[in-house]
Amino acid sequence: MSIIQVSVQQADFDYALEVEKLEADNNNDGALVTFVGRVRNRNDGENIRQLTLEHYPGMTEKSLQAIAEQACERWQLGRVSVIHRYGCLNVGEKIVFVGVTSAHRQDAYHANEFIMDYLKVKAPFWKKETTEQHERWVEAKGSDQIKATTW
Amino acid sequence: MINILFFAAVRETLNCSQLALELPKDNATLADLKRSLASRQGKWQQVFTDKLLMCAVNEVMVSDDNTPIKTGDTIAFFPPVTGG
Repeated sequence: MSIIQVSVQQADFDYALEVEKLEADNNNDGALVTFVGRVRNRNDGENIRQLTLEHYPGMTEKSLQAIAEQACERWQLGRVSVIHRYGCLNVGEKIVFVGVTSAHRQDAYHANEFIMDYLKVKAPFWKKETTEQHERWVEAKGSDQIKATTW
Repeated sequence: MINILFFAAVRETLNCSQLALELPKDNATLADLKRSLASRQGKWQQVFTDKLLMCAVNEVMVSDDNTPIKTGDTIAFFPPVTGG
């Protein structure tokens, strides 16, 4: 049985602590793959000042849980941790954490990428950028839709 | 009654985050609700005829407009998601 932890939160998270949680008392898994998404300083040719993330409370947690469960059905995983922040974030701040452990590396690599690809198209989050000129909603990328269908 | 939620750019365009309405008709589907909302004044028509508009019924994403809806349901409308 895999252990899944999902959190949707405003507060920042401690990367080292999250890795520690995935490793603690876990000697079955030789592989640990993590992904951290952060706020970039530029997008579509404009300097970014801030990123505001809105979400659908209730549905967001359920959809992340469902994505993590699908990953556990497809690969042999030990632990899965998904943290996604919302609210106002500054450039350089962390947005999302996905950590996956497995006995061997292939499962953890694949599952981590799968979770991010699915999260991009299935979890109800919306980004609004504040640039030097204005505020704008980030448009969904067709390439993200296509990538998610490759699994 | 049904509870309707709007998120992100959809909420801003409509200047509305939540509505409580009667079912548009007996044995209604999502398509019936969208037609009914599109008939409102202002920008509602533009929002509810947009092919990219996304929808969740009781917190589950639904892409089929023939999905039945019933009293007590919570239906959310929003633009394509951009998390991660």
